Amino acid sequence: MFNAITHSQIYVLDQDEALDFYVGKLGLEVNSDIDMGFMRWLTVQVPGHPERQVLLEKPGPPSMSEETARQVRELVTKGATGGTLILSTDDCRKTYETLLGRGVEFTEEPTERPYGIDCGLRDPFGNHLRFTQPKA
Amino acid sequence: MEETNRRMLRARDAMDRAYAQPLDVPALARIAHVSESHFTRTFRATFGETPHRYLQRRRVERAMFLLRETGRSVTDICFEVGFGSTGTFSRTFRDIVGRSPREYRKEAEAANVPTCFTMAWTRPHA
Repeated sequence: MFNAITHSQIYVLDQDEALDFYVGKLGLEVNSDIDMGFMRWLTVQVPGHPERQVLLEKPGPPSMSEETARQVRELVTKGATGGTLILSTDDCRKTYETLLGRGVEFTEEPTERPYGIDCGLRDPFGNHLRFTQPKA
Repeated sequence: MEETNRRMLRARDAMDRAYAQPLDVPALARIAHVSESHFTRTFRATFGETPHRYLQRRRVERAMFLLRETGRSVTDICFEVGFGSTGTFSRTFRDIVGRSPREYRKEAEAANVPTCFTMAWTRPHA
């Protein structure tokens, strides 16, 4: 049966702005950025981990109607897409300070949890991300 | 529409962070870039409930967490999450959850999943 999750996807409203955020601010790196004609295949990964990619997909025709794309954009900007990504880090508080200095919008400061220390943030579009320093 | 949603979400995030503080509509309206008089209406149009009700559910969700995960007294928890009196707390909690805080505590189990999901899914329904 299965042995890994290799790709996941999130909707972004603008792929260039998504690159600025996910690569420029969060420090992920581009795995693929390919103009396929019908779509721009843009994936990012944690540096050194190409086995797990996240597709930054822009909703719109022909994949879906303009009306459906509008609904998707509404859900994203309302924060209704759930907990989109959870990343891990060796030092939650230090990463938080670094990202705060880069202007990242946090929803929650680093907090001790039963499973470790974690905090929450939003991407420019409204997607919710977290990162966790797992309990040693 | 999308810009408005995003700004209202930023204001709702601010409410989530400052849930124990009194509802500060002027500050939230500034975050959302709308006038004070438009804030409540726009919030309701975006999220389907008033900011006041959202804040009540957020506080009750935090109270449920503390009842589940700690041994602190109901009175302590009431003030910790921002209610001004135990009477209002008990009434609001029962109205939203359908049980008293003490009954809830007896029946609840601790949940060990990432916090954003616990927060979203244990926030009681309007």
